[in-house]
Amino acid sequence: MAIEKFPVEASHIMMFARSVGDGNPIYHDAEYAKETEPGGVIAPPTFAQASAQFDPTYGLRPKIDGDGWFGSGGKPTGTKPRPSSGGSSGGGGGGGGGLHAEQRFIYHRHLKPGDVLTSTNKPGKTWEKQGRRSGKLVFSESITEYRDQDGELVVTAIGVGVRTERPVDQG
Amino acid sequence: MALKASELKVGDTYSERLVEDLKRTQIVMYAGASGDYNPVHTDEVFTTEVAGYPSVFAHGMLTMGMTGKMLTNYVGDGRLTEYGVRFTNQVFPGDTLDATATVSAVQDGIVELQISTVNQDGAEVLKGDAKARVD
Repeated sequence: MAIEKFPVEASHIMMFARSVGDGNPIYHDAEYAKETEPGGVIAPPTFAQASAQFDPTYGLRPKIDGDGWFGSGGKPTGTKPRPSSGGSSGGGGGGGGGLHAEQRFIYHRHLKPGDVLTSTNKPGKTWEKQGRRSGKLVFSESITEYRDQDGELVVTAIGVGVRTERPVDQG
Repeated sequence: MALKASELKVGDTYSERLVEDLKRTQIVMYAGASGDYNPVHTDEVFTTEVAGYPSVFAHGMLTMGMTGKMLTNYVGDGRLTEYGVRFTNQVFPGDTLDATATVSAVQDGIVELQISTVNQDGAEVLKGDAKARVD
């Protein structure tokens, strides 16, 4: 889905880099980053995925003013997340339903704190396959273009989600 | 920091261990940072009793993000021009992951890499490719 405003912020980049286990100071230390080739803090390569935080329709974030929280509460059933339409991330949906199959980023330049991005999303190809471990698989591609405050294309993201007939067999 | 085209040849490899004994806490951190709160990644009760998986499992994008660390450590900061992957197996808490980049081409100031991340059993969990600017 379209994102009208994705402000790229230093603390978000720091938290994202931590979560992928990347302690490279270029992601959190402005003084250090000044002396590097990029000349300042940049975002790690998969950071555009965190645009989901700013997608108002993103199905995998509980809506505090909408359908409420999902997951288990007092009972294991809880509420399932709404099936994802793919959205900005091209990711998967609820348990046993959708999974993220492929992801590609094309960097026209690297994101940095202070950028304010917008994104537009369009569907790509869809195809089907018979899976050995999870029944019929339906793949769908979505293409997201991120533009900066000057309207320049900065990152193109191509995601492929897959819907499985049943949870993936293990082993 | 950056790679030199003149010093690269097809078949060169670079490897890093991405994570040892992946913790649920890290998966929770990734959920919070990325905004993907699908309970199959963080909620053991939901995942085992409702979704039908043996345990919570990592976001594919966490594996892609961790593999990205290996890539940027190899090619240098700000050098990647393209990075794409397929998620070929699920990653579970307790997994230990190793990632390798293999040079498949060097031309016109760009190195092309094939990427593979495997778990402790040798099963490939991520397969991909990348391009980066070299000197």
